[in-house]
Amino acid sequence: MAMTKKKLRLVKTDTPPFWVKPAIPVLALIGTFIITSGLILLSNANPFETYYYFLFAPLGSRVSTLEILVKATPLILTGVAVTFAFATGYYNIGAEGQLYAGAIAAAGLGVALHGVPAIIAIPVMILGGFIAGMAWALIPALLKIKLAVDEVVTTLLMNSIMAYIVSALLNGPWRDPASGWPQSPEISPTAMFFKIVPRSRLNFGFVIAIAAILILWIIMTRTSFGLKMRAVGLGKPAAKFAGISVNKTILIAALVSGGVAGVAGVAEVAGIQFHLIGELSPGYGYTGVIIATLGSLNAFGVGLAAIFFGLVDAGAQTVSRALGVPVYLGEITQATMLLVALGMLLLQRYKIRRM
Amino acid sequence: MNIVEMKNITKQFGDLTANDNVDFELRKGEIHALLGENGAGKTTLMRILYGLYQQTSGDILINGKKIVINSPKDAIANGIGMVTQHFALVPPMTVAENVILGYNDRFVIDRASIEKKVGEAAEQFGLDINPKSLVRHLSVGQRQRVEILKALFRNARVLILDEPTAVLIPQEVDVLFETLTRLCKEDLSVIFISHKLDEVTKITNRVTVLRDGKSFGTVNTADVTQNQLAAMMVGREAFGVKREVNTSSDDILLEIKNLSALDNQGLDCLKNINLTIHAGEILGIAGVGGNGQSELAETLCGVRPVSSGEIILDGVNLIGKNPAEFTKAGMGRVPEDRHEGVVGDLSVYENLALEYLDEYSNNGILDRKAIRKNAEDLIKQFQIKAKPNDMIRTLSGGNMQKVLLARVLSREPKVVIAPQPTRGLDVGATDYVREQLIKQSKRGAGVIMISEDLDEILSVSDRIAVIYEGEIVGILPAHEATPERLGLLMSGAVKEN
Repeated sequence: MAMTKKKLRLVKTDTPPFWVKPAIPVLALIGTFIITSGLILLSNANPFETYYYFLFAPLGSRVSTLEILVKATPLILTGVAVTFAFATGYYNIGAEGQLYAGAIAAAGLGVALHGVPAIIAIPVMILGGFIAGMAWALIPALLKIKLAVDEVVTTLLMNSIMAYIVSALLNGPWRDPASGWPQSPEISPTAMFFKIVPRSRLNFGFVIAIAAILILWIIMTRTSFGLKMRAVGLGKPAAKFAGISVNKTILIAALVSGGVAGVAGVAEVAGIQFHLIGELSPGYGYTGVIIATLGSLNAFGVGLAAIFFGLVDAGAQTVSRALGVPVYLGEITQATMLLVALGMLLLQRYKIRRM
Repeated sequence: MNIVEMKNITKQFGDLTANDNVDFELRKGEIHALLGENGAGKTTLMRILYGLYQQTSGDILINGKKIVINSPKDAIANGIGMVTQHFALVPPMTVAENVILGYNDRFVIDRASIEKKVGEAAEQFGLDINPKSLVRHLSVGQRQRVEILKALFRNARVLILDEPTAVLIPQEVDVLFETLTRLCKEDLSVIFISHKLDEVTKITNRVTVLRDGKSFGTVNTADVTQNQLAAMMVGREAFGVKREVNTSSDDILLEIKNLSALDNQGLDCLKNINLTIHAGEILGIAGVGGNGQSELAETLCGVRPVSSGEIILDGVNLIGKNPAEFTKAGMGRVPEDRHEGVVGDLSVYENLALEYLDEYSNNGILDRKAIRKNAEDLIKQFQIKAKPNDMIRTLSGGNMQKVLLARVLSREPKVVIAPQPTRGLDVGATDYVREQLIKQSKRGAGVIMISEDLDEILSVSDRIAVIYEGEIVGILPAHEATPERLGLLMSGAVKEN
């Protein structure tokens, strides 16, 4: 006889209770804490103390709080860039390369614009970075719409090509003549982004990032192009049937995505480093993919996710100084957080029943 | 003797009650229809019996003994098998491998011995199938036979078939019915889920009717007429919409001249098609599925390029224009596959505006007020059971089709192209769609209705064209058409032009 005991089961539900959504970040954090505790213990540190440094220490002083926003700036921009593409169903993994394309443009223009007033130099650099990012995104986008070549592969490979181009530039023509280091000459002081808070590193780049969030939100929810993007991303055949030009929509979204990633490169060169260096981005482009996903491709979600990642980034450096644990714990925490949060987003559609 | 008894079965999904205190009894050796409109709760009830869902309350008895079915594994152990609409077969594997998959617990599979066993079983049950064939080489009807064999091989004494004829051509339906009748003589019991009345009256012994999740009683099939069953099913006697007056005029609205096109493999799929559609006329295009109907609809929508020929709408040649320009010129297109016509994860109001975004935006900024107003109006006008903000994917097939009709018909297009407009819809929704098409012709529009359903073609069209292997093999006025004459044309046996 097939009499079985009542078991706990997951049952699908279309209407999760109202408290589920706000609870997800909290639950994800608790889950991440439990999972990463073991690793923290292995590096001979106290998990609670470590998490205190991750999450609260950066908020302890004015300078370190502002540093969170400094760290969040490139992440917001790459997150917005990736969201543009992903929402249209174009999986641009190439934000990293597009960021460097923008950075090269900024470093080149920044030097060329010596003596040009900031009011002209800064917009020219931003525009130049946007165009450079677009140009770098153009080849995979054309391959996708003309020959249906998988963009995940091409955009990813373009990142490697860009890494070599940057390396070739820095070890060749752009090597700093003064120091001999593999870094480009310093950009003109008028091309440097001004500080928006004195005695901190927080600069005009953060303003651009916030503007990018607002523009993304307006395009996605208030414009016919945004609706076309979502229609193409969520149902290509239906979009095509409704007379929307699928390829054109994908091409524009891919180019805008590349352009915004390029601006992230401009912000790093003009706001933080003032040179092009090989380590300009510790993978901001890839983190952008995580941030876009965590933010559920929603403009404000992307902003929040980026600021949270900025917090953990800032915290990871403090914690490594204070407790002597490897700085990589921050990255591990971010990655774990992503997996846990994605799991939660999936599980919110279920409820637990005993039957 | 009842082999299966389901008592007071209630199943709730959140606020929705899919089954409300349903009783169902299955006798040994009978074919028992579970009849009802889409969304009446037929499939839900059977998924409970097969262990895919668990009932919220109620009991299941097999051979008089109360049991709990927690999973299909429990159901199989109790002799219950189910063949769903979407087959669960692995195409690159052989028939024999598919049949024993998950049933053979040996680590090493002896190909020869399983092929022999499966072959013997197929012979025993009279299912004509070669155990060595790869499933991907089989037709839909043959695949269904593999599914039935799979269930019987697992010693099923109760076989649940969920809309088994939906995917079959008429000849395959006959073979299926023969098989079922024979197996029932050997004491197999069959539950036949359907919303097609003619099939139900043809093959079943008894019928249980479900409506809105409630049971409307069980009757002997021999004791009722199709009209009575239809009334039980939809709660009204109306069944079938008929074209009463021919509103065609002599004005030619659309001319299709020497139209040819290639299919996705680059082969000729439309060959030199010539058709004219008059204002106020419904032209039915009949044919067995896969003879170029989809491609014809696609070329007429501008989605598929033509290799030669002309499409002249009201004096304007549309060749070379894009789908949006076709719409603008007055071609109203109902998509063939509903799910490819709507974006499931967008809301009803967004989907309703999708085709006309230029109109609903100023300098690229959406006029959200106008879009919402449009949606509210159309929901009222077309009796769509949904709110503007609902995601399309949460709608039933009938309501989804209403959204698509509303989007197209509210624009009063000159020509309406409706490929398979009632496929998969229940009686109520089918009537609704046919009424809407007739209404369009009364307004003076030309309607091209492509359908594989001969009853539909015969009851709605003014003229009927038959398509066979991409060619129009005959055009005749509806009053001269009989099923037999159309059948001959559809089979390619004769040509009348």
